Amino acid sequence: MISELFAPTVLIGILASGIRLATPYLYATIGETLGQLSGVLNLGLEGIMLMGAYAAFFVVFQGGNLVLALLMAIVVGAVLGLLMAFVSVTLKAEQGISGIGLYLFGLGMSDLLFQTTIGSVKTVEGFQNIGFPAFLVQLPVLGPVLFRQNILTYVAFLLVPIAWFVINRTTLGQKIIAVGQAPEAADSLGISVAGIRYLTVTVGGILSGVAGASLSIALLNVFQQNMTSGLGFIAVALVYFGAWRPLGVMLGSLLFSLVNALQLWVQALGIPIPSDVAVMMPYVLTILALALATQRSANKPAALTKPFARGE
Amino acid sequence: MRLALKRVSLTRLVPVLVPIGAVSLALLVGAGMLAALGAPPLEAYKALVVGAFGSTNAFADTLVKATPLLFVGIGICVSYRGGMINIGGEGQLIMGALAATVAALQLPTWPPWAIIITCLGFGFLGGAIWGAIPGLLKAYLSVNEILSTVMLNAIAVQGMNYLLAGPLIDPLQISRGTRIPETARFSIAADLPRLVPTRLHAGSALAVLLALIVWGLLWRTTIGYRIRAVGLNPHAARYAGISVNFYAALALTLSGALAGLGGAVQVLGLHHRMFTDGSAAGFTGSAGFNGIVAALFGGLHPIGTIPASILFGALLVGANKLQRTVQVPSALAIALNGLVVLFVVGSQFWSRRLAQTMPEEAAGETASPVLQPSRPTQEGL
Repeated sequence: MISELFAPTVLIGILASGIRLATPYLYATIGETLGQLSGVLNLGLEGIMLMGAYAAFFVVFQGGNLVLALLMAIVVGAVLGLLMAFVSVTLKAEQGISGIGLYLFGLGMSDLLFQTTIGSVKTVEGFQNIGFPAFLVQLPVLGPVLFRQNILTYVAFLLVPIAWFVINRTTLGQKIIAVGQAPEAADSLGISVAGIRYLTVTVGGILSGVAGASLSIALLNVFQQNMTSGLGFIAVALVYFGAWRPLGVMLGSLLFSLVNALQLWVQALGIPIPSDVAVMMPYVLTILALALATQRSANKPAALTKPFARGE
Repeated sequence: MRLALKRVSLTRLVPVLVPIGAVSLALLVGAGMLAALGAPPLEAYKALVVGAFGSTNAFADTLVKATPLLFVGIGICVSYRGGMINIGGEGQLIMGALAATVAALQLPTWPPWAIIITCLGFGFLGGAIWGAIPGLLKAYLSVNEILSTVMLNAIAVQGMNYLLAGPLIDPLQISRGTRIPETARFSIAADLPRLVPTRLHAGSALAVLLALIVWGLLWRTTIGYRIRAVGLNPHAARYAGISVNFYAALALTLSGALAGLGGAVQVLGLHHRMFTDGSAAGFTGSAGFNGIVAALFGGLHPIGTIPASILFGALLVGANKLQRTVQVPSALAIALNGLVVLFVVGSQFWSRRLAQTMPEEAAGETASPVLQPSRPTQEGL
């Protein structure tokens, strides 16, 4: 039975779904990378994702179009990102805990809204695969893997070079790194530490909102209570795993989504590995990866989780 | 003179007043949410209070709900005082409950006291292991404990789902073909003493007793002194010859053990079997997270955590009743909880600011409810 797993069609299937499943991780991790590089750990991604997922789903469910739904997720993400920034930056709260607060708020609020406005699990028409020319779609291997995905997946992968460019080749990126590594020095050079952190955390919130929307109106096309089931927390860990580099974070996301895809196929093929044990594997993998990765985290932001106050 | 006296007493009150203000503000936002849902806020809050305290049974339910929060909360006091942020209460509760469950299902013929003590011991150990893993990973491989505890929560849930659907499942569920993932009911001998006719069980008293013990441990023993020293300033602690790695790992291990005991008490005192709906919250009711809130609210002090746990227990019980009386989904309680956390951690900014502008008092154990474990300071050493 295990040998079925290595049939070409199955391998291609795993690759294709792995790339598709990487979508929410990519949005969430790229956003979280920006925040963490500036020194803010947003542990509440999961809550923002749930709210984004709900907001987008609700718009489509009411008959709104997909772009409007995406916009709604962006607005919700921005508002919650601003809230996190206010609590973490202005009020200088302990970030590990304010993040839990944001998570619980998003978890409860999205469920509350879901129960009062939608009620039961329903499906919607989400983003469809992009209509590439037939010869591309029909390509062996590359066709299903690269040319049968929806727009949100392509944009997610496009974000990786964009984030790399912003971080490494723009003044803004250098300011973000300066604020995360040496806020006192950055402040003395006239960079607004709070301003940069507000910006990165809000952008992180927006991307988390989109990450949620990618689940509810592109990948799964449903909304359910707690539908992210830990994805947001894993995204936070993947940023450490990827050592705060967009490329590293992308590799982490892909690794994770491929393991997930593999696990789904193992279940689909009825291979006798208890599914609970299979689901556990990505988490074990993450802990192991963290144990190895933190040894070489030279570009870990020195001021991560440390609120900044001008020397008083 | 009079003015000075007044100011001193105000300084003492700041750590209490500010969080109360924060909770009031959160409840005010909650009132707005209720109004938006079409439920009259005052009536809803009245239903909530009556639901939580309105009768002996209601009050007993509140205490029962507060019990796991208190176990997790006093554990959180230990780990945070030791500078370790433990987000793993959910997993530690589950592992403690699982360990106690395995023991309870294996030991049917001993005298009740022996069974109960053994089961509680297993629960303590199960939680301790789930706290020691992130503790050691942090101390010796510098793996961020926030992340590892979150991952261990997920692993514990999958472990629970696997064990309850397979090795530990009630044989009746198989013979009947229903296959609901739960264990058989434990032998009556494993039941914690209960205050009939309510659901209040001895676990609540045990939690209060442990809060006192942990208070003694933290402020009256060398181990506690060292844990707090490591949390306040690891560099100074190392300079003083304290093994920082060991005490940091110990703080997280103890924290997990206390949560694990809480899990054991849940199965022995309340459910008398273990069950899962596939998620962590299905078994824990998010006590692993709410315990953090209770500890924070209690000023990271084991004694302060007692009333704080009761308060949040009441919020949860009341919100459940709310669902029945004014038809508002109890998910509101989770959202409200989140708001309370955000407002309480946010309000510590004002606590600090007010404490600074007022005359300093001796930084004793009642001081410093302000949580900044990641930013070591010199005070108090």
